[in-house]
Amino acid sequence: MTKKKKSWLPSGLLTFICIWWIFPILVVLFNSFKKKTWINQQPFTLPDAKTFTGLSNYLTVIHKYHFVSAVGWTVFITVISVVVILICTSMCAWYITRVNNRITRAIYVLCVFSMVVPFQMVMFTLSLVANQLGLVTPWGIIIIYLGFGAGLAVFMFCGFVKSIPIEIEEAAMIDGCTPLQTFFEIVLPIMKPTYISVGILETMWIWNDFLLPYLVLDIKKYKTISIMIQYMKGSYGRVDMGAIMAALIMAVIPVIVFYLSCQKYIIKGVAAGAVKG
Amino acid sequence: MEKNIKKYWPIFTVPTMAAFMIGFVIPFIMGIYLSFCKFTTVKDAKFVGISNYIRALQDTIFRHSFWFTAAFAIVTLVLINVIAFALALALTKEFRGTNIFRTIFFMPNLIGGIVLGYIWQLIFSGILGPMNMALNLDERLGFWGLVILVCWQQIGYMMIIYIAGLQSIPGDVLEAAEIDGANSVKKLFEVTIPMMMPSITICTFLSITNGFKLFDQNLALTAGEPAKMSEMMALNIYNTFYGRTGWEGVGQAKAVLFFILVVAIGLIQLRATRSKEVQQ
Repeated sequence: MTKKKKSWLPSGLLTFICIWWIFPILVVLFNSFKKKTWINQQPFTLPDAKTFTGLSNYLTVIHKYHFVSAVGWTVFITVISVVVILICTSMCAWYITRVNNRITRAIYVLCVFSMVVPFQMVMFTLSLVANQLGLVTPWGIIIIYLGFGAGLAVFMFCGFVKSIPIEIEEAAMIDGCTPLQTFFEIVLPIMKPTYISVGILETMWIWNDFLLPYLVLDIKKYKTISIMIQYMKGSYGRVDMGAIMAALIMAVIPVIVFYLSCQKYIIKGVAAGAVKG
Repeated sequence: MEKNIKKYWPIFTVPTMAAFMIGFVIPFIMGIYLSFCKFTTVKDAKFVGISNYIRALQDTIFRHSFWFTAAFAIVTLVLINVIAFALALALTKEFRGTNIFRTIFFMPNLIGGIVLGYIWQLIFSGILGPMNMALNLDERLGFWGLVILVCWQQIGYMMIIYIAGLQSIPGDVLEAAEIDGANSVKKLFEVTIPMMMPSITICTFLSITNGFKLFDQNLALTAGEPAKMSEMMALNIYNTFYGRTGWEGVGQAKAVLFFILVVAIGLIQLRATRSKEVQQ
């Protein structure tokens, strides 16, 4: 086939669609700089001299609603949970793939099963169990995330471990490596692409998760970003639209920065996750 | 080698399995048990047989939420997949800026459901306000509002999967069809789509189960207004647990029904599309 000349027409059309695609985010961005009374009246106009309020909405969010601590807890929970999930589930997946008996097969089936169970099924009892065991802190919720996120992660890691030729590991063991050394020095480096895929899928889930932390965490003390925004909107009394706009923008910015900086991996991770699913 | 690894089971499996027990297995089993009980806390649980299930099925709002959710899942299933497929086809052609477009279309997917809900609430109230309408006054507006929101969120995700699928179709198959005289419509329906069935299976599976499981967006955008008429199943279950004392058992029974429904739909869907997949 001859290579076609790159044309401009579809690019122009798609540019037009793309501008509308990000329009909702832009509207929120404009409104975050407006005084709150103007937001409901004229949501689609740019801020002008009368309605512009500078960064005051942002300052309200930071001072009045303790946004910084919400971001801190969200980062903390997401990062530690993802690291713990990656290490623990990859070890487990390697073990249950390499040791083949009835128990390991049962574990695998259970993990796959857990992926299709909707959260509402275990929501109430999970929050009871978490309360009983005192897992209502950001440290405790990591254990819950490890448990609830294990299904997908074990499943994806197992899929990859099966494709690693066992001879490499056998050679390492013959050379005197313990299983732990074999895992961390041989298997882990080979699985790097899978770590990235699983890590991204779990990060996207935990960062944005609302209901699980809302039910499990002691929300008087610890709020994640999603919980805080829901609180700002759902609390009684007057809803401060300006502050909400600023909070939405501040919630979106880290996501966009993360996305643009590891875009290549995110798109690969999504595609890989889907093929396995 | 297997024997050698086997001894190390406490290190390799116990952390994950212990968490898995706490985070999934125990709550799941307790959930099944409690769906047959009347309780407010676990300690006062009393076995009542299937009466919770009967009450759940007699709940007209729950039944309404089922139809609402089913309609929603089907509408979004069709819209998301058709648009995402079309975009994927367009963006695998050669022209300027395809990567930037992919980046932009995928972006909403990374934003959390709660944030998305409030972003769109602003947009919808801005559009509907001057016409004296509001999302929380009309069930149908709430429905279409949710559809637009979820399409916006998920089209990019499905598009990425379809692009990966399209790129894995060997070029010579399409070329052969071209030489045999197939026009572009024929090529699409008789070569590309059959070759894409694995991706289509995944995307339809994801979009239909996501449609049924939708919660955050529903809570943030409409919160079930007006009068619980835009309440989807997940939100209905949540409200039954935490909004009505004495109904915890019924909420758990609804959750079990919901779980069975999601699994059944997933399996039926997988079976239906898997049978259409062709071997390369």
